Amino acid sequence: MQKIYILWLRQIKKYLRSKSRMVGSLAQPLLFLLALGYGFGSVFQQAGEGNYLNFLAPGIIGMSIIFTAIFSGMEVIWDRQFGFLKETLVAPMSRLNIMIGRTLGGATVATMQGVIVMAIAMLFGFHPANWFAIIPAIGVMFLVALLFTSLGTMIASLLNDMQGFQLIMNFLVMPLFFLSGALFPLQGLPTALAIIAKVDPLSYGIDALRALLIDAGHYGLGIDIAVLGTITLVFLWLGAYFFKKIQA
Amino acid sequence: MIEVKNLTKKFHDLTAVDDISFNVAEGEIFAFLGPNGAGKSTTIKILTTLLQPTSGTVILNGHDPVEQPDAVRRSFGIVFQDPSLDDDLTALENMEIHGVLYDVPTKIRRARSEELLKFVELWDRKDSLVKEFSGGMKRRLEIARGLLHHPKIIFLDEPTLGLDPQTRNHMWTYLRELNKREGTTVFFTTHYMEEADRIAQRIAVIDHGKIIAIGTSAELKQQTATVSLEDAFLALTGSTIREESADSTARMRAIRRGIGHR
Repeated sequence: MQKIYILWLRQIKKYLRSKSRMVGSLAQPLLFLLALGYGFGSVFQQAGEGNYLNFLAPGIIGMSIIFTAIFSGMEVIWDRQFGFLKETLVAPMSRLNIMIGRTLGGATVATMQGVIVMAIAMLFGFHPANWFAIIPAIGVMFLVALLFTSLGTMIASLLNDMQGFQLIMNFLVMPLFFLSGALFPLQGLPTALAIIAKVDPLSYGIDALRALLIDAGHYGLGIDIAVLGTITLVFLWLGAYFFKKIQA
Repeated sequence: MIEVKNLTKKFHDLTAVDDISFNVAEGEIFAFLGPNGAGKSTTIKILTTLLQPTSGTVILNGHDPVEQPDAVRRSFGIVFQDPSLDDDLTALENMEIHGVLYDVPTKIRRARSEELLKFVELWDRKDSLVKEFSGGMKRRLEIARGLLHHPKIIFLDEPTLGLDPQTRNHMWTYLRELNKREGTTVFFTTHYMEEADRIAQRIAVIDHGKIIAIGTSAELKQQTATVSLEDAFLALTGSTIREESADSTARMRAIRRGIGHR
């Protein structure tokens, strides 16, 4: 337990120390909120869909979580290149516990990032329908973060260096984000897009955030949580399986 | 302390370690020499549970690395060929993590961290981030860290690479003292023959995955009818320069690991 904790703490410390990383990863969500949130606001309103910034904010929270989480998971590559991974691999603890410590750390960092983006969105004018829902919403953020940190770990075990990072961003992370309904309502989509959104786990995370924060879910909160929970468990298991295959 | 019997490691068609056997006694200082790509690092990785042998047996401090990896891991400390510190943490934080991962109780951890950091002359830099350290300082920190949990054996894979004579000398003085005082077994690899000659009680020479000579420095010189260990080494392994195959094979192995074998 203490070993998992110290590996978790390591990642939190690293995150809090790298101010440039924190600021850098906030620039993009900020830009999205500003350009899209204000830019499409009047069109969205005229279409009778209500306040676009309110609708968009959970999507942008989801975006910052998926980006940070996948990147945190992929940090294994970094640790392999710069050696720290070996230090943990020769330590008397199971591979599974190393993976759990790392994943919890990465997921916590991603959740913190999500909370910061939520706070920024509030400065831009986002107001949750129910303030008490913020607590369960943070729980959903953590679940989404766990899911994608595990995915990042899986990807890391298949890559040898960070050169594949751009590939992963363009062919996996970006599509997961853009096709998730982060930016548009899931109602009345063309069939193909609706199906794609349905198999994208991020859709359920953002939908759950919308259900909690602005009272406007599409799939229903129960289904969202069930799907997220199941996929997170599967991905954690897969992440652990692939992590065991990493050789220093 | 270390017993290796008929150890073989194959990576697909490449035999990195080919049926080697040797023993290292408790409290011995043992040098493992060989040209690049001879199989030194692969052997160390098997001894330290990072790789599984293809065949053969290894017993380290009475435990089998395949069967009881955690018992083996507690028995040794290691300084890797390339740094394995976390650059974004301080020297003391790196020690802390190590202590926790090896179940060293808090009190002993604090006391020993202080003692070891003082010894490697890093105590006044304990709160500096490791990324601000020079290569020599990092090496010293790694040695201190490797000894934190009081290992029975310390593995050093080319520990003095790139260090100045002062640091090198300081390091060996300490390791020899530790070896004398606590009976810690020292297993190291190096490319500096004079270092092996001066420090090691026994030397094994490995080439193309096979051990081609083993004994004291005097025995190796006698066996090859040479006057220096360097000459003995060249007589044993030949004087042709090895292609930098270590890197390209490592890369190929990595790629195979990445795509082909999964």
